[in-house]
Amino acid sequence: MSRILCNKDLGEGFFLLKAEQENDARMGQFYMLRAWEHYPVLSRPISVYDADGQTVSFLYKVVGQGTEIFSKCKAGEEITLEGPHGNGFPELSGKRKIALVGGGVGIAPLYLAAKTYKKETADCSVDIYLGFSGKPILTEEFQQTCDRLVVNVGGFVTDDIDPLAYDAIVTCGPTVMMKVLYEKCRKLKAEASLYVSMENRMACGIGACLVCSCRTAGGNRKVCKDGPVFLGSEVFGVE
Amino acid sequence: MSERLKTVFAGIEFKNPVVLASGTCGFGRELNEYFDIERLGGLCSKGLLSHPHGGNEGVRIWETASGIMNSVGLENPGVDAFIERDLDWINGKDLVNIVNLGGHSLEDYLLGMEKLNKVDLDILELNISCPNVKSGGMNFGTKTEVAREIVRKIRQVCRHKLVVKLSPNAEDIVSLAKMCEEEGADGVSLVNTFLGMAVDIKKKAPVFNNTYAGLSGPAIKPIALRMVHQVAKAVSIPVMGLGGITTWQDAVEFIMAGATVVQVGTATFMKPDISMEIIEGMERYLQENGYENIGEICGIL
Repeated sequence: MSRILCNKDLGEGFFLLKAEQENDARMGQFYMLRAWEHYPVLSRPISVYDADGQTVSFLYKVVGQGTEIFSKCKAGEEITLEGPHGNGFPELSGKRKIALVGGGVGIAPLYLAAKTYKKETADCSVDIYLGFSGKPILTEEFQQTCDRLVVNVGGFVTDDIDPLAYDAIVTCGPTVMMKVLYEKCRKLKAEASLYVSMENRMACGIGACLVCSCRTAGGNRKVCKDGPVFLGSEVFGVE
Repeated sequence: MSERLKTVFAGIEFKNPVVLASGTCGFGRELNEYFDIERLGGLCSKGLLSHPHGGNEGVRIWETASGIMNSVGLENPGVDAFIERDLDWINGKDLVNIVNLGGHSLEDYLLGMEKLNKVDLDILELNISCPNVKSGGMNFGTKTEVAREIVRKIRQVCRHKLVVKLSPNAEDIVSLAKMCEEEGADGVSLVNTFLGMAVDIKKKAPVFNNTYAGLSGPAIKPIALRMVHQVAKAVSIPVMGLGGITTWQDAVEFIMAGATVVQVGTATFMKPDISMEIIEGMERYLQENGYENIGEICGIL
């Protein structure tokens, strides 16, 4: 069990929860979160917004029973964090211009991604594109991690990006948004460097149950264990 | 752990009566990173087909009140890949290795059986109860006389201990179990998932591409327990009981109702090592109540 340090209401149904737990979490990984005993049955897969060695933060949106319970957790209470799970975002050594594209709560893993790329990838620039249907959140925080922040409200964030301006693009958001971005990249022959983070429904979160399987060019893959990050062409390049 | 939990099922010794249920534990490798799977009595493999299969499209999991519905649809790497990649590993572990075999047709079952006859394993669990495939699976397991054909044909060729996994969607689960005994099965396991349905009212469509899916978890426990009790009273072959077992108390209930071994499935999704708590709780219960062995409370109701 981990102690909750804060659980801040950011508006528009978004919350930022920070908890104490020793960890080696990397960008793009996720935890299975649970703040109850038996019911609801399943823990909730939530991606890492930020992490240092001693704490992990999660940006989540209230969309159902589980996240509703999380939203009522208070500082000082306990929560179970099982993880980190998944492969996370790739190292992009040698890539000079990196774009991170997020939609809705899919922006969550991009914060640590921006910080990590700026720190670990020599001489790279990181631009972030965030799409919101309502009032934007955390824009000041994202601004501080990157070279350029583009915020789109109510439109299509995928319209704002020129894939040819980047050596690599990392995206997380609604499947339809990621697919549109893949198609845009493909038409420009720029799909080779597009990475997508999938968000399939999960049960075990550790690769045992095959509930989150994703069809890919290389056959079925487990989003929780083989992913959640895949090449865009692996996932959207097959029919 | 003492010898209190040691039990014998169809001539095979289990160090304790707790087994992980098929489909909830892969082939054991992932969970072995959370706890030493050798602490388990046994493990049932993911349901295998004679060939690799990609499983169902669309939503595969849906939460319900005190339960979940799944529609994985027997995604599996195929018997050959299992034998090549996982069998030696699991056979090398000190626990009862139960291999679950499904099929889309009689030929399919027999082909898978032929392959598994060539290798060593402890128990073959014949799955005639998967509700999530359009052909085979549960379709073989709802009518006793239809099921008889497949159990008979598998029994004729199967050189392993044979346990038939029964569907609660059977027309008459007691007659189904009796048939398994008549045909020479070494035991039965019950129950698989209950056929259920969920509707997405925004889309005005079923949640699952197959319309129906399998309900499991604590929601089904009382019905599963009743079926285990009825079957255990009616047959003399041993019964593996499952259906919503989440706590050690649940496990003790199934044992008292007549199960020799219990399987833990959905509960593993709540906590990967929940089966360890169940084993420890049962041990404690026996000790505190002065029982030397779990067999003393088996089928006392």
